[in-house]
Amino acid sequence: MATLDHYLLLSAVLFTIGTAGVFLRRNLITILLAIEIMLNAVNLTFIAYGRFLGAVDGQIIVFFVMTVAAAEAAVGLAIVIAMFRHRGSLNPEAFRTLKG
Amino acid sequence: MTGDSSMLLWIPLLPFLGFLVNAALGRRLSRGASGGVACTAILASFAVSATVSWPFLFGAPAGAVDQRLYTWIQVGDFVATFALRVDALTALMILIVTGIGSLIHIYSTAYMHEERESEYARYFSYLNLFAAFMLLLVLGANFLMMFVGWEGVGLCSYLLIGFWYTKPAASNAGKKAFIVNRIGDVGFILGVLLAFRHFGTIDFQEIAAALGPVAPDSQFGVVSLIALLLFVGATGKSAQIPLYVWLPDAMEGPTPVSALIHAATMVTAGVYLIGRNAVLFSHAPDVLVIVALVGTATALMAGTIGLVQHDIKRVLAYSTVSQLGYMFLAMGVGAFGAGIFHLYTHAFFKALLFLGSGAVIHALGGEQDMRRMGGLKHALPVTYWTFLVGALAIAGVPLLSGFFSKDEILFRAFQSGHTWLWTVGVLTSLLTATYMFRVVFLTFHGTSRAGTPAAPDVLVADGAHGPSHAGAGHAHLHDAPPAMALALLVLAVGSVAAGYVGVPHALGGDNRIEAYLAPAFGAGSSEADGVEAGTPETPGEAADEHGATLELGLMGVSVLAALGGIGLAAFFFLTRREAAARAAARFAGLHRILLNKYYVDELYDTAVVTPLVAVSRHALWRGVDAGFIDGSVNGVGTIVRQGAAALRQVQTGSVRAYAAGLLLGAVMILGYYLWR
Repeated sequence: MATLDHYLLLSAVLFTIGTAGVFLRRNLITILLAIEIMLNAVNLTFIAYGRFLGAVDGQIIVFFVMTVAAAEAAVGLAIVIAMFRHRGSLNPEAFRTLKG
Repeated sequence: MTGDSSMLLWIPLLPFLGFLVNAALGRRLSRGASGGVACTAILASFAVSATVSWPFLFGAPAGAVDQRLYTWIQVGDFVATFALRVDALTALMILIVTGIGSLIHIYSTAYMHEERESEYARYFSYLNLFAAFMLLLVLGANFLMMFVGWEGVGLCSYLLIGFWYTKPAASNAGKKAFIVNRIGDVGFILGVLLAFRHFGTIDFQEIAAALGPVAPDSQFGVVSLIALLLFVGATGKSAQIPLYVWLPDAMEGPTPVSALIHAATMVTAGVYLIGRNAVLFSHAPDVLVIVALVGTATALMAGTIGLVQHDIKRVLAYSTVSQLGYMFLAMGVGAFGAGIFHLYTHAFFKALLFLGSGAVIHALGGEQDMRRMGGLKHALPVTYWTFLVGALAIAGVPLLSGFFSKDEILFRAFQSGHTWLWTVGVLTSLLTATYMFRVVFLTFHGTSRAGTPAAPDVLVADGAHGPSHAGAGHAHLHDAPPAMALALLVLAVGSVAAGYVGVPHALGGDNRIEAYLAPAFGAGSSEADGVEAGTPETPGEAADEHGATLELGLMGVSVLAALGGIGLAAFFFLTRREAAARAAARFAGLHRILLNKYYVDELYDTAVVTPLVAVSRHALWRGVDAGFIDGSVNGVGTIVRQGAAALRQVQTGSVRAYAAGLLLGAVMILGYYLWR
């Protein structure tokens, strides 16, 4: 029987994987994917709590998160394509022009 | 209590309007127009002055006439009204300023005619402004009004002395005059502030009234301190030791300006200041002694310097310093009337002498060195005869104006018990006659030395007559043009006749000027004040028999001194020219000291100017300004810049670093809430 703890643990693992992906991967598209994983880890937490507490709020917020994630993916990918056209690279370390 | 007080304002206002016209429109006016405006303004002012003064001169002895225009400043107890006042003293002063001033204006129309039109208008605008400020100075009813005029004439002297501002010597002389005057002004300001603190008012009449019932300072008290500070101001304006150094340098200005400064305006301000505050000074006997000593010392010192100078205007400048010394001597022995009398006669003959020397310089195309003059008697007859009259008058030859006034001073000095001062005065009188006739003989007699190359020890900048006069068109000698001759002749008549208002009792006169001026020096010149008009030192009655004999005896001595001085000059500079050179060689050391003016300029340079410049440069400029002020401003900048350089390291430009920052921040906030 899967309890709330199992869901939260899974969510934490997914969030950590996503965070590690953001920091360790050297491809902007992969980083975007990692961010998606982080978002979905959070979504899982919301759903789990919603179920656990018997409230519908968690599910509502998840819809919002999914909407924002969709928009973010669209804008993010567009920016990535623009940056690639500009620099010919997808390595985030190639974009350090704003160094102080 | 006669006279129309509403006219007073016009006296300074008319020249001021003349100044405005010439200053605003001068560039568009022809020479005739700008000269005409200036002369009309000052002549109109003279006419108003004459109208205002008429009741004082020819009516019954009157008090003062006030014109209060408005309250200028009112702060707490301090009230300064914009008020003009005429009394006997001021009536005389405005007549001198506008009268002599008018003649100088007229003379200038010819003297300056070679200037460009805009320069010509500039010159006349300054001249008008000078007269306006001087009139404000003598008309002001309180210290603040006087101060406005006082500073105004200082400004105008700077502008006019430095008139040929492209010449470094002239602009330096202007600056020197201004700065030295400022040093005296500090004393004046402090004196006025102290007077307000002590009396609660700055009105001359009210101060005199407040002092009326008070006994003179037996020791050096507050009143003495006020008088001393005012006297410091007077030494600046009136060129007394130690602040006389600006006046000889002021010769860099156009010659009519020298006449204006020396005769009608500016230098008389200090004497007037003491005369105006006669009651105050009478209450400070210690200061009066200082005044007399300074005056006498100045008279002697300037007289000796004047004896050896080569520049004709410089001799006259030192003679002014010397004559001003006489006036201060008179003031110092309490003979205020005699001092003002000498001021009045001196205005005539000094203006005459300066304008005469101007005519000589004009004729010679800018030559001021007497070693290159000589034999001008026949070429310049008008100038010669008028100059001679002026020289006789200043030397104190009997029956001319200088004789009466100078003798009155010497008599009063002797009478007051200052025998030593009298002795020095007589000696100076001999010097006066000698150096004046040295000028006369070197300039007008003998043979012409024009074109002689300058001796190597020439101390003054030659060709100081301005760039325009040095040009061509002046190759031939010509006597004074009509406008200049007119001024010279009027002044010559004045130099002879002016003294007859003050014929002493001993010679059967009634010394009218003394009685005339007495109310102005009294405790309260207005009867309305209810203070008795006590005149501390003025002899109301005719001198007794003994006094008359004494006066005649002293008169004889000074006449001998004057004639002796002329004789000495005739011996050394007319008949036995080589004797003068021999004497100079014999006393080479003394001669050099005199020629270098006792090295006072050098002394001031070493003792005051150089240390001041050093302190300013090293402590104030490099230390305070560059070190502290710039340092703090730059320091703030440096701190910001270095702080920013450190903080900038945070801005790596790496997206992942920012993300790490975000994560770290989120974890920290979360941690805080979880573990607090």
